Order: sequence, then C-alpha cells, then structure tokens
Amino acid sequence: MTTDIEEPRTIVVVSAGVSDPSSSRLLADRLAQKTHDLLHAHGIESRITTIELRTLVDEIGRATVAGFVGEGLRPAIEHLAAADAVITATPVYKAGVSGLFKSFVDLLDNDLLIAKPVAVTATAGSARHALVPDEQMRPLFAYMRALVTPTALFAAPEDWGDGALGDRIARAATELAALIESGVSRSVVDGTWSRYQHQFGSSAQRSGRAVEPGEIDFDTDLMRLATGGRATAAAVPQRS
Amino acid sequence: MQFGIFSVSDVTRDPVTGYTPSEAERIDDVVEMARHADEAGLDVFAIGEHHNPPFFDSSPTTLLAAIAATTRGITLSTSTTLITTNDPVKIAEDYAMLQHLAKGRLDLMLGRGNTGPVYPWFGKDIRKGVHLALENYNLLHRLWREDVVDWDGEFRTPLQGFTSTPRPLDDVPPFVWHGSIRTPEIAEQAAYYGNGFFANNILAPNGHFKPLVDLYRKRYEHYGHGRAQDAIVGLGGQAYIAKRSQDAYAEYRPYFDNNAHGIRIPLEDWVNATPSSVGSPQEIIDKTLGFHEIFGDYQRQLWVVDNGGLPQSAVLKQIDLLAEEVVPVLRKELAARRAPGVPEAAPTHADLVRAKYGDRPARQPRPNANRGDNTAGTSPYQDSDPDKVAVHPSL
Repeated sequence: MTTDIEEPRTIVVVSAGVSDPSSSRLLADRLAQKTHDLLHAHGIESRITTIELRTLVDEIGRATVAGFVGEGLRPAIEHLAAADAVITATPVYKAGVSGLFKSFVDLLDNDLLIAKPVAVTATAGSARHALVPDEQMRPLFAYMRALVTPTALFAAPEDWGDGALGDRIARAATELAALIESGVSRSVVDGTWSRYQHQFGSSAQRSGRAVEPGEIDFDTDLMRLATGGRATAAAVPQRS
Repeated sequence: MQFGIFSVSDVTRDPVTGYTPSEAERIDDVVEMARHADEAGLDVFAIGEHHNPPFFDSSPTTLLAAIAATTRGITLSTSTTLITTNDPVKIAEDYAMLQHLAKGRLDLMLGRGNTGPVYPWFGKDIRKGVHLALENYNLLHRLWREDVVDWDGEFRTPLQGFTSTPRPLDDVPPFVWHGSIRTPEIAEQAAYYGNGFFANNILAPNGHFKPLVDLYRKRYEHYGHGRAQDAIVGLGGQAYIAKRSQDAYAEYRPYFDNNAHGIRIPLEDWVNATPSSVGSPQEIIDKTLGFHEIFGDYQRQLWVVDNGGLPQSAVLKQIDLLAEEVVPVLRKELAARRAPGVPEAAPTHADLVRAKYGDRPARQPRPNANRGDNTAGTSPYQDSDPDKVAVHPSL
C-alpha cells in the first residue's frame, strides 16, 4: 500500500533495566530520541513505544515454564511484530545480558524480527563489560535474522560524564535512521519471506501486515507429500 | 456428538500418598477404566502409544483387543498411534486385525509422538518427522483400500504386489483422525483425504488450536468433502470434577502441582488461561460449551482424567461424574446449537459401511487357494480385480 509511506515509523524500545529510572532505559531513550530527531529532519515522522520488561517479569517467567505466551505478553509481541526498528537495552549481570532480557527474547517467534533494524545497547558498572553488546547481543539478533546496526552502544558509569558517549549515540542513531529510511527491511522481506523458516501461528508480520493463519504456501514439498504426492523427485533415488 | 476419555498410559507416583503403581497394576487399571467408561455410557476410549518409561503402552492394539473383548458399545481409539516410527504396513495389519476383533468399534488417531529419542530407537530421523508422518499415511491409506499395492517412497523398502491382511472389516477401513498441535501439513493431509482432525487442546492457551482447525476446515471444503463446517473435528481436554467446585480444586491441586510439564503456577490461573477444566459439573459444562464457541460445531470431545498420579478410585469417579452429570447436558446443549446438516459425530463403522454399500451386502474378501508359493499374486481374493497387474521385483 502506498499510503504506508506516510504513516509514522514505529521505533520500539525493549528495556530490561530494573530500576526506575534505569541507566539502561536512559541509554535506549537517548538513542530513540536521537533517531527520531534524525528521521524528522528528513521529513519522516516516527513514534516511540517502550516495553519495560521489569513490568512483565511474571508473564515472562510463566511463559518460560508453561511453554506458551500468555495474554499479558501479547501487546509487547505485537508491538515488536509491527516495529520498523527495535532498540534493545539490558544491564550487564555476571558478565552477560540479564536473564530477564534473554528470557524475553527466548519467547519470541523465530521469524518475528526478520530483517528489522535493531540497535543493541547495554550498561554496566564497569567498562570491563564493554563488549557484551557486540559479543552477546549481536549474535543473539543475528540468530533472529535481524539487521543489527554497525555501532553497538555501551555505557559504564564514567561514560555518562563523557561527551564521547553522545557521539557514539549519534553514530548509532544515524545508522538506525538510515536503515529505517532506506526501507531495506521491506525489500528483504518482500523478496525472501518464504525462504525463511516460519512456524504456523507465529506472531510475525510481513511488511507491516499480519500473516494470516490461512496464508499458507501449499506449493511446497511437504504439502505435495501431504496430498499423496512426492516430496521431491530428487529425494528418491531412481531405481531401474 | 461423541464423548469419551483418553489416556497417555503414564505410570505416575501419587503425590498425595507417595505410592507408585507397578506397570502390572496400571495396565489392569487402564483396562478397568475403559470397561467402566463403557458401562457408564461414554462413547470413546482412546489410549496413547509410547516406547519409554514411565509409560506402559507400547502396544495399543494388544491392549485395545483385550478391552474390545470385555466391552460392548464403546468405540476404541488411539491418542495417538505413531505414524512416524511404526511401519505403515504393520499399522495396516495390526489395526485391521483389531477392527475385526472389535467388530468395527474402532477408529484411530495418527500422530508424530513427542519423545525425541524414540526415532533413533526405531531407526528413524526426527528431523524427518513430518515427512515420515505424511508419507507413511499415504501408504497406509492405500494398503486399506487396494488389495494389491505397488509402492515406493523415501522411507521404506518398496512394495511390489503386496496385500495387507486381513482386509479391513467389511472391506471398510477404520476412520482415521490426524492429530496435530502445530503442523499445517498434517491439517492439509487430513483435509485432502477427508479424514478427521484432532487437536489435543491441552497445555496451551484457550483457542490456541483454532487457526489450525480453521485451516483444516477450509481445506476440507477445498477438496470437496463438504462444507468447512461439516469437517470432522475432535478436541481433547483435561477434566477434574467434584460435586462442589472448591472440592474439585482442593482435591486436584496436589496432582496439578505435581505435573510433569514443569508448570508451576496457581491452578486457578492455569484453568483460566487454558482449556483445562476443573470444578463442578456445571463448570465443566460451561467450559466445554466455550470450546464450541471457539471452534464451532464439532464431533468428538475427549478428556484426560487419569493424569498426575490420580488414584484409580478418583479416576473411576471422574468417569461417573462425566457420564452422569456432564455429558448428558452437553449432548443436549451441543445438539441444540448444531447447525443443520452438520455431522453429529465422526462416522462409525456402520456409517461407513452404509456409505460404501447402501443396502447391498458388504464385500467379504475370500482368498484364492494357496498355490504353495506363499505369495498372493495379482488377484489374491476371489473377487479381486484380475486386470490389476502387480509389478514384481526383478531379482
């Protein structure tokens, strides 16, 4: 639909910070605001939605053991499914992303974030954790087939008094805004959606619209096998 | 509408008494459950298939044959028969045999199973689980409908000139359900063949299975078997009933808290969020009518009543409460809601015989004389089509 272009882009912040205010949230908010401003300067409006995982901790715990996502997590997942970009933020605990953050990502459908621009950010009590976003968050979102910005953000206590953090935020925001503006996500998804793995009933959206449960590709090996045919000619050795 | 119970044949320690039944005790108990359900007037008893402890039922046809011998009216079924790791030839043979002994009181539900290590134990690859299920059913379908089958596929040695014996009772195969919780290809296969589709309706949120059931309905119509609303849908569920709601919760709570699935949330929250039914007969009735609101008219409702290590006395009591206080009301209420023309139940053997033969007598296959070579040839039965030529292996 051509009118989609005129609609505000949605930037969804996922923060695993546990205090209020939290430094993780603060870092994500600064990146979100800067991205918003850069887009605005290019004539593109955007809307920021924030998901505070600390308010969902019961739901996340429950879903983790029950094996399914409860109603309380639906709005967060739907926001992510519809997002034009995602900014993730976690505190570093015991040299890694917080368990709350990872537990939430573990609940997402594998195809929920395909080709979405994602920024990874973390905060910690020491600069010795500076590689957590690059070494832990980046691979996590690579698994999710997301487009992670070249710049990952990290802030230790001393960074909050250093103008260099602002420079890095501006750099990451520029990257994120450029990915949003380029429409690369839609180009990728439109061309390749059927080539990714999808599970029936996933919350994923394809190019800004929900994938209907009935929107099934019947032109597959398995569907041919389901209807009395063969999976592939090649799968069965030719016998003479 | 058919109502009944299903079990996965687990042997579970009773968390209240600490007592673990022996396999021998539990096998006897399950046979007694089925007989009790028959006497109480329930329509269906179904048993699962597993090949690992703490489950005992590695051999559903043996178990169901014993039950068939001591019951009168109840339809026997499976929940599920493993269409992945079993040879479809053996399924065709075993269930046709059972169908004869049960005098047609048999249908079966095919599923992939949920225990990963089972696949390699039977020489199969779990990564091919869906392929196996689909291809194996394609063969099973033919084995029950064609006297002589030539076949080759990906997973099994080819068959040439093979006849599965005995032929199904009255030459009418048992009705087949395909069970699935997430696989659109299974729904598609059920729709393609005009078979039933069953959603276990447990361990997932209310309505979780609706998209898959709707897909099956839509494709059932697509393949010309009838309207979407006429497709044969079965639902599972779990029930624990007491005359008073608070007693049901108090009695069932330790068994829920002990569940094998690691679910550690309050029972009340679980019952609210999922199809799990706990409470008074009226609460079970209301909950089940809620299934109808979600899924539309359907044909079979089964409940698990023996989970979590519940003692046999409680299980039998559940069967009584279902049969006396829940099912009679549901029969009436669901019949009143049923849209005109929608099948009331899954087809029975008598229905299938009537559909195939009308008023004519059913075919009774009689083998040709043994020619001493122990192979049947292209026309194994006196009335087999002599023009059907089997292609024999070139040795």
